[in-house]
Amino acid sequence: MYVAVKGGERAIENAHDWLAEERRGPADIPELSVDQIKSQMTLAVNRVMAEGSLYDPDLAALAIKQARGDLIEAIFLIRAYRTTLPRIGHSRPVETDKMACDRRISATFKDAPGGQVLGPTFDYTHRLLDFKLAADGEVPEAATAAPLQGDMPRITEFLNRDGLIQTETPSDEPPRDMTRQPMEYPAGRPLRLQALTRGDEGFVLGMAYSTQRGYGRNHPFVGELRIGKVSVEMDIPELGFAVEIGEITLTECETVNQFHGSKTQPPQFTRGYGLVFGQTERKAISMALVDRALRWEELGEDNLGAPAQDEEFVLSHADNIQATGFLEHIKLPHYVDFQSELELVRKIRSEAQANTLKEAAE
Amino acid sequence: MTHDTLTGGFTEAPQQSARAFRALMNALARPGSIEKITGASGPAPLSVAAATTLLTLCDGETPIHLAGDHDTDAIRQWIAFHIGAPIASRSEAMFALGTWQALTPITDFPIGTPEYPDRSATLIVEMDALSNIGATLRGPGIQTSAQLSLPETTAFQQNRLLFPMGVDCYFTSGTRIAALPRAIKVEAN
Amino acid sequence: MSDQAYNFAYLDEQTKRMIRRAILKGIAIPGYQVPFASREMPMPYGWGTGGVQVSAACLVPEDTMKVIDQGADDTTNAVSIRKFFENTAGVATTEKTREATVIQTRHRIPEEALTEDQILVYQVPIPEPLRFLEPRETETRKMHALEEYGLMHVKLYEDIAQHGNIATAYAYPVRVEGRYVMDPSPIPKFDNPKLEMAAIQLFGAGREQRIYAIPPYSKVVSLDFEDYPFEASKANHPCDLCGAEHTYLDEVIIDDEGGRMFVCSDTDYCGERQANGHRGRLSPEMEAAQ
Repeated sequence: MYVAVKGGERAIENAHDWLAEERRGPADIPELSVDQIKSQMTLAVNRVMAEGSLYDPDLAALAIKQARGDLIEAIFLIRAYRTTLPRIGHSRPVETDKMACDRRISATFKDAPGGQVLGPTFDYTHRLLDFKLAADGEVPEAATAAPLQGDMPRITEFLNRDGLIQTETPSDEPPRDMTRQPMEYPAGRPLRLQALTRGDEGFVLGMAYSTQRGYGRNHPFVGELRIGKVSVEMDIPELGFAVEIGEITLTECETVNQFHGSKTQPPQFTRGYGLVFGQTERKAISMALVDRALRWEELGEDNLGAPAQDEEFVLSHADNIQATGFLEHIKLPHYVDFQSELELVRKIRSEAQANTLKEAAE
Repeated sequence: MTHDTLTGGFTEAPQQSARAFRALMNALARPGSIEKITGASGPAPLSVAAATTLLTLCDGETPIHLAGDHDTDAIRQWIAFHIGAPIASRSEAMFALGTWQALTPITDFPIGTPEYPDRSATLIVEMDALSNIGATLRGPGIQTSAQLSLPETTAFQQNRLLFPMGVDCYFTSGTRIAALPRAIKVEAN
Repeated sequence: MSDQAYNFAYLDEQTKRMIRRAILKGIAIPGYQVPFASREMPMPYGWGTGGVQVSAACLVPEDTMKVIDQGADDTTNAVSIRKFFENTAGVATTEKTREATVIQTRHRIPEEALTEDQILVYQVPIPEPLRFLEPRETETRKMHALEEYGLMHVKLYEDIAQHGNIATAYAYPVRVEGRYVMDPSPIPKFDNPKLEMAAIQLFGAGREQRIYAIPPYSKVVSLDFEDYPFEASKANHPCDLCGAEHTYLDEVIIDDEGGRMFVCSDTDYCGERQANGHRGRLSPEMEAAQ
């Protein structure tokens, strides 16, 4: 006799217990601490903060631990937590001109005021597995130098001074907030940048790469890439002035892109812009390329039909939490829908069969 | 700031606003039905029903227009303290509050656009009384027909012609509330 | 953080106000998809976040809630969502359709007719009925604004030309009150006639940020053609447990030889019929008698 499956609740509880055990791993191996993740898996922490849209290394590290290292799952935990937080106010726009840079490079000039600062980069490491790390990860102290004083000049401003690059007009209009208002198309640049900075690194990278390979090519150079700390300030109405509420690490990338001019404008360089939480330069460069590709209309370029030029396509598919949820939901039971398709296919087949028999008889 | 300003809010906001919302939803989903709605009170001439509606639906993101005798300092302060909604002109309002006389002509309020008919105003019409004797209502939410003591019919008939655009109306009196969404056809009796 | 650290029904009050305003607009404009700023929920997008947000915005402490997935109360995701509301709203829950004041569903409408005192909340994956004909929101929005639904009729007609039937078995499009073409969520088309009901029907699509509604007794017509009228089809069998001939059935494979049985997808309805003495082909007593 058939008995309908019962006990979903018990099954879920058991699955959760098993999951917790798997997360912990063998008991004879010391447990990973959140501090260890925060200080030694920093680039994973940075990615979780960037795509989770929440600057909190401790929570990001906790999420990574809870998610067993699955970064999209960790991002999801952060997003779900973030959405419950009250919004107390808005900071002033951060001043990346005043960034205390750990890294700052330009591909468009051999040298520039402020200098090229490599910083802690993988760029020139030879990707050889370091077997010493398996035994002992202790390292000698790296050389240091006195930090430069004052603002770090912006490379693209040198071009701007000569009118060689298009000027971005400042605006005091409050941008729409994609976390508080439904997405609407055309979205415009502020919303595009919001969606890209929290978009999936792999997706944004793939889109950027597609422009380099010719799907909406726009000839980018990294005008400047800088990584470092900026202070976050907030206006306190009761005080009548802004106070510093903290410091965050950001990666900023400005690309300089070729431009042939249009009917109305003489030839000039244009920009793409990327700004991402933490040390996340692959993402910031990708973001700048995609931002630039999406600006085709505003800059009077042709729509080449490239995926990276398609605002609705890029923005509706960049979010990995939306994507993974919908993708994985097909694991849920769909047997009611499947049954109705089954009946329909049977009906169409039997009708077709009846027709064939009828034709044969005639 | 008067005493009136600080009092009259929800004492148990999550539960009270939930019950109030259910009254608002039932009223709108069953045009002609008169629901009881309580939980908040504001300075006169604001009814309990209107005060509770504002507190349930409005916040800093919903500009409110105050019409006629409802545009008082006391009500403005009460809204500023409990709701934080900006006070707006008729053409920029998402909600409007007043007597029918003060709110007419209702054609000045946003009716939405063909693409976004939801970007329209909701009127909260304060009434001396509410009853199920009056104009005949037909349309979604009503099995055959219903009756409601509407302040007039022509304005609502014209509003219906704009469908799916148009304004939606709540009628409030004491602790009672009824609604007339834009989709409803109205006939005078 | 304990459950108590979260607000009643999980969502903060400002979020609930935003959702409630969207629900009211949906009711005022039957079948129109109201954009809303859907929040990230502690369950994945695609797993009922829209329905959960709509339910959370509607629940009062006095409610009794029922959650079904595929018509059943004990499918894992239904269990998980029911648990969520027990923990965060402290509401009573039930498996009895009749006792519930709020029913959240995925893919089915209960067999028993709902009453004026009930609210049916649907989880919706893709709210746009025109999405698979035109993927762009900018375009479909214009089509709805202009009532330009020709593309949909062409698609249905092409089905008939190719298969002799309209090849849509679930999420079968409807027209609400003669105006908006609406996706009724992926319910089997068997359920479409039930969309005209006494209860308030609310549809929540979290990932796609849309809420829409059907007020009670609204006119809901499944799209069809005069010569190919809509047909609410089901498996041509009675339920093997309760004998019902008028319910939507699940087909269950019961042995390696491909033996199968048909049982009501609505588990509460089937259970109640059995409790009232109705029997089907494979009910224990019937099997014993054979």
